[in-house]
Amino acid sequence: MSPALSEQTKKKIEEIVSRYARKEAALLPVLHLVQHELGFISSQEERQVADLLGIRPIKVKEVVTFYTMINQEPVGQYHIQVCSNISCSLLGSGPLIDHLKSKLGIEVGETTEDKRFTLSTVECLGACEQAPCMMINFDYYGNLDKEKIDEILDSLE
Amino acid sequence: MEEKILTKNFGLENLFKIDVYIEHKGYEAVKKALEKMGPDEILKEVKAANLRGRGGAGFPAGVKWGFVPKDVDKPKYLCVNADEGEPGTFKDRYIMTHNPHLLIEGIVITSFCVSINTAYIYIRGEYEAVALRLEKAISEAYEKKFLGKNILGTGFDLDVYIHRGAGAYICGEETALLESLEGKRGNPRLKPPFPASIGLFDCPTVINNVETLSNIPFIILNGAGRFCQVGLPKDGGTRIFGVSGMVKKPGIYELPMGTSLKDIVFQHAGGMKEGKKLKAVIPGGMSAPILSADEIDINMDFDSLVEAKSMLGSAAIVVIDEETSMLDVLALVTKFYSHESCGQCTPCRIGNSWINKIVRRIMDGKGNKKDLDKIEQLANNMLGKTLCPLGDAAAMPILSIIQKFRKELDTYLNN
Repeated sequence: MSPALSEQTKKKIEEIVSRYARKEAALLPVLHLVQHELGFISSQEERQVADLLGIRPIKVKEVVTFYTMINQEPVGQYHIQVCSNISCSLLGSGPLIDHLKSKLGIEVGETTEDKRFTLSTVECLGACEQAPCMMINFDYYGNLDKEKIDEILDSLE
Repeated sequence: MEEKILTKNFGLENLFKIDVYIEHKGYEAVKKALEKMGPDEILKEVKAANLRGRGGAGFPAGVKWGFVPKDVDKPKYLCVNADEGEPGTFKDRYIMTHNPHLLIEGIVITSFCVSINTAYIYIRGEYEAVALRLEKAISEAYEKKFLGKNILGTGFDLDVYIHRGAGAYICGEETALLESLEGKRGNPRLKPPFPASIGLFDCPTVINNVETLSNIPFIILNGAGRFCQVGLPKDGGTRIFGVSGMVKKPGIYELPMGTSLKDIVFQHAGGMKEGKKLKAVIPGGMSAPILSADEIDINMDFDSLVEAKSMLGSAAIVVIDEETSMLDVLALVTKFYSHESCGQCTPCRIGNSWINKIVRRIMDGKGNKKDLDKIEQLANNMLGKTLCPLGDAAAMPILSIIQKFRKELDTYLNN
């Protein structure tokens, strides 16, 4: 049984719904809010959101499984997402991903045992002038090299 | 010094705050458009400017607005495309971060012109910080009565909302964007009907890119003639070229439409990094057919790029050096499109994943002499055979890489 949404989030959802001519249009913003509060969207949350918006749970699942930013499983406290698209690859994101793998002792797509870090690769983040770049949660970090990555991770610990 | 339209005031501290923006002639265009011009005159001016869509397709904005029916008893919507997912592209992030009120002005004038009372800014999910900056700018605009009810006492009402995406390249395609805004998977719609007649919530809808709309205030204040003088007679204004890859000074460069690609790479962006030699350039985002080093003596405007069998697209320039293997470049392209195909149309869903598998096999040293022909055949089976342009967007760069670098690619294959 997953935790219920806070009253504050429910209130915010009501305000969001009022922005659209159809209630279900609020689905993505609502999923962002729920994920912000609970960390990921399980089948339980899918049903809860479906109830709130008056749509069938399958409609929520369709959306949850389509968008890469919606987590269907828990991620670590720090979700590291390294761009592996063209500009970042030209400037060496490949070796940086290998560095992160060995530093954290996990493969891409995995979470460290202490649940602190999840490592993912992503497509273009729209920060190619700072390539190679990555996101940790929603913070962007650019012009990376191994030393800079070490510094950033140390500052989190 | 070339005239700048969008980034002119980027050097000003706190330009993103409405007080600073207003101090530097901000919201003068909204005042002129709403108080002195009226919808017909605005439309005439934007059509005369021939402002072509900066998202990638280059369709003239004024013509698009003109398609919206006037006599319907339904609400009309404006959707601002701030999805910015085309690999290599980061220009709209700069506009929204540094000059958000310029975009809001463009939104107000466009909405007034087309009788729209609700606008949504669909921004890619990763741009959380940018969305927060925009949200602040929108609430400032409400406070100063440039948004909300009875704007400038003209009786015109407009609400603007931010809608965040959640990581799907396809949602930058306009009908996928509409589906996504309606709370669904981003599966593109069959056209016609076009969004101008049946768009968001089945209502007439205008969809324009951030950079396109941000040009509107200049056109209103200075006129279509001045706009065309900055760029080309039939392709006016500037482009924000986003340069990345193996150059000394990656970044954004706002330059007149038609600026030489060679000058952008070797002068503005400082030339090649670490004395490396140029091998190829992607001129308009990953979807644009690649240009080899001897093809970059070209003007960066929509028509010149079409003539060179490529496209200006989002004006995102990715510079590739001689040491980079074109097989690696091909692999990056095929990985991206096989990941981002929405899966709705068979040629794109199967074609992209199949091509990607072949390229992976070649990377593993197991390629054979027929593989490049097979990839070409699969790519040709996507061209023009899908609901939306993603199939073409994948096929075009793949075919161009094979055509222009076949000799090198052949060296990775076994007999």
